[in-house]
Amino acid sequence: MELLPADRASQLAAQFGLKPDEFERALAILGRQPTLTELGIFSVMWSEHCSYKSSRVWLKQLPTKAPWVIQGPGENAGVIDIGEGLAAVFKMESHNHPSFIEPYSGAATGVGGILRDVFTMGARPVANLNALRFGDPKLPRTRRILDGVVRGIGGYGNCVGVPTVGGEVNFHPAYNGNPLVNAMTVGIAPADRIFTAAASGVGNPVVYVGSKTGRDGIHGATMSSAEFDKDSEEKRPTVQIGDPFAEKLLIEACLELMATDAIVAIQDMGAAGLTSSGVEMAGKGGMGVELVLDDVPQREEGMSAYEMMLSESQERMLLILKPGREAVAEAIFHKWELDFAVIGHLTDTGRIVIRHKGQIEADILLAPLESEAPLYHRPTEETPKQPPLPPVADPVGIIPALKTLVASPDLCSRRWIWDQYDAQVGGQTSKRPGQADAAVVRVEGKRRALAMTTDCTPRYVVADPEAGGAQAVAEAWRNITATGALPLAITDNMNFGNPEKPRIMGQFAAAVRGMAAACTALDFPVVSGNVSLYNETEGQPILPTPAIGGVGVIEDLANAVGLSMPAKAELVLIGATAGHLGQSIWLRDIAGQEAGPPPPVDLAAERRNGDFVRAQILAGKVLACHDLSDGGLLVALAEMAMASGIGAVISASGDHGFWFGEDQARYILAVPDAAALLAEAQAAGVPAQKLGVSGGESLELDRIGSISVAELTDAHESALPKLMEGI
Amino acid sequence: MKAAIIVFPGTNRERDMAIALERVTGRKPAMLWHRDTALPQGLDLVVLPGGFSYGDYLRCGAMAAQSPLMAEVKAFAARGGHVLGVCNGFQMLCEAGLLPGALLKNASLRFLAMDCTMRVERADTVYTRGYQQGQEFKATMAHGDGNYFCDAETLARLEGERLVSLRYSGANRNGSINAIAGILSPNLRVMGMMPHPENCVDPLVGGEDGLPMFQGLAESFLTAA
Repeated sequence: MELLPADRASQLAAQFGLKPDEFERALAILGRQPTLTELGIFSVMWSEHCSYKSSRVWLKQLPTKAPWVIQGPGENAGVIDIGEGLAAVFKMESHNHPSFIEPYSGAATGVGGILRDVFTMGARPVANLNALRFGDPKLPRTRRILDGVVRGIGGYGNCVGVPTVGGEVNFHPAYNGNPLVNAMTVGIAPADRIFTAAASGVGNPVVYVGSKTGRDGIHGATMSSAEFDKDSEEKRPTVQIGDPFAEKLLIEACLELMATDAIVAIQDMGAAGLTSSGVEMAGKGGMGVELVLDDVPQREEGMSAYEMMLSESQERMLLILKPGREAVAEAIFHKWELDFAVIGHLTDTGRIVIRHKGQIEADILLAPLESEAPLYHRPTEETPKQPPLPPVADPVGIIPALKTLVASPDLCSRRWIWDQYDAQVGGQTSKRPGQADAAVVRVEGKRRALAMTTDCTPRYVVADPEAGGAQAVAEAWRNITATGALPLAITDNMNFGNPEKPRIMGQFAAAVRGMAAACTALDFPVVSGNVSLYNETEGQPILPTPAIGGVGVIEDLANAVGLSMPAKAELVLIGATAGHLGQSIWLRDIAGQEAGPPPPVDLAAERRNGDFVRAQILAGKVLACHDLSDGGLLVALAEMAMASGIGAVISASGDHGFWFGEDQARYILAVPDAAALLAEAQAAGVPAQKLGVSGGESLELDRIGSISVAELTDAHESALPKLMEGI
Repeated sequence: MKAAIIVFPGTNRERDMAIALERVTGRKPAMLWHRDTALPQGLDLVVLPGGFSYGDYLRCGAMAAQSPLMAEVKAFAARGGHVLGVCNGFQMLCEAGLLPGALLKNASLRFLAMDCTMRVERADTVYTRGYQQGQEFKATMAHGDGNYFCDAETLARLEGERLVSLRYSGANRNGSINAIAGILSPNLRVMGMMPHPENCVDPLVGGEDGLPMFQGLAESFLTAA
């Protein structure tokens, strides 16, 4: 073995992001100086990205169990029972740092990575979603990043043939130097054929499949665990390049192999590549593993062991096969024109041993690599409560405010984005973006369908992390409910700043508290997730953004509803309206203030109102349903009208707080008979009031004024294209 | 109807097409791998489905047009067989020389994924007999290279011989010459089209505007079934 001299080792350790005490701990585990490869392995395995060393103590608070949960956090993705012997497999993951450095490739490989997490478990991916956050839309750089990210998501998802069916986009200057790209994949698998990463069987072959290994992405996980500075764009070589064509072949080949009984365990090579997949598979199974890197398919000549172990080349998987099944597997991968190589075997030593060119390049005991991994109880500082918002006068009037809001960056139509994403491939997409509060995708060959959404309101989270965390979960639950589906579970993508700052760690801890309360109250457990910290550039943190990806099931797709205003219906508002303007879009974009507490989240009311709405939808009594969120009641009415081109005559009235307040737990229902609904709501203890009736070509507000749906639509649809052209 | 769908590395709408065909015939079409060397006997229809064959890394459809089974498809077409190419399949038909012209990058240089409406320019083919002449119908489009182009002479021939089967009737978003969405071979047995009728065969998923195309095909080959 070629050990590093002590001074060189400590110098490199610092360069690789290992803190001095972490390096000492690594030396203690080894009992000697490390090789270069070993130092690389320790640094990526103990990076924030791979080890969750700052977040684990808090994440434990999240509820992860329910009778329908098959696999909670800890595997490649979460798994829930969706009935008829099928399971939904899903996860959301960030690719924030790479997407800032290289938007197209960063976003594309984000999609590729999350797809692999899902089909690794035996699921055919059926839907992609995303949650995107960008800086000030007036900055040319924001437009360049947005354009690249959208092209990257589309370029990858469209090619692999997985429909991109939903997502959300926010703009805020806090993301100027640090956009967020969170990608979610949902797949469907037979519930009794879920594949996991835990290796077993001494002597079983360790098999490498997929694309060849190159020098791209070396130390990507380390890069993703550090703040950005002015020179971050120089880190471009740490960003991987995606090949969606190879991914498509890999999906088909893996699913074909999974239909046989050849696989013992399978894991994709994501962050930290061969290192993390090798370490995790052997570690989870309590095994040892010996790898011979000479046998790794290589794209470039002369790669060292260090480079191969740390490469984050995309579209690669590691398999443990049953003995004697190599030929079956090899034939499948060769059919799909992918590399297949036996690169090692499992041992009973509990060690990972890496051989290359006749030398031992690494020899590490696995158990302490995990058990001795750093775990930080970092100091936290509570975010002070916002003082109550004093009364705010309406500076422009209701109708002018509406017209401004529907064209504002956060509320304008996202059509420019969706129109670049293939939402239909697969032939099962029933509700696309803009048609319902959640995307609805039928389970092929069944009546049942999945409803999926991504949600977070970062301006609420920064103002009150606990309420904001609860609100993000509640909104995901509400969006699924508004289609008629039963929300079942979430994946979370925790995007925060530098955890070494007590204020940031305090945001994290409080957001988790809020999320945990909402998950518990709404029976909506967390089954998978991802943490992205150090989202700061030159010391400026992003808004805390715990993005929630929710999944629900509706047993009969025919019962699902969308949000389009029907031609002839009565409109009823469900839920209590206090006119809460604190942290609302109206307050920010019309009154020019980001102030006050966010709307309170009453989880009991959420549950009661939502269960009532869902029951009404499933009873066939609802023509359309839309939840109230950003922009409040009037924006929601306008969105319904713009979706169908049909207006409404509204007799309910109130001040700007009534029209634009963002009180939670509310829905608009379009029904044939409002009186009947109001009676049922009263019996159920659910606040409800009649708003008016649908029809006509304008949104008419009694004693306030009216605006044509066409004028609203024009403002709504033209806003993002104009922004992107820099107009 | 006995139909076969050819699957290339990177094809991704073969399942959608199989669902649409099964919906009207009640039987699953044969799924053939591009490395196969023969078509099954007694085929009524070969479908080249949508996707990104070979990643579209060369010109779209160019690599697929050279694959082993495409030689058999060309021979099948030469014998008077029916071949439908949708999206990437249309691109392959052009690259293979079974249809004239080429599909260029969309005029906007962006991938376009949305519904479009087409007008049926002739309803006397196996592909379009489920519609009325002049009928408009909706389908999904999803492509980066759907901008049909051919030289003036070819265009004059296509139009003069009424070989344009489908034309965009709403917006011509990809910039196709004469708003062409689909064209036919002179014997009317090979058709290429960019939009996806196979994604519009179900009232709960995308609507049923594409269903008449498949029903027309099923009726055409009823006796052969």
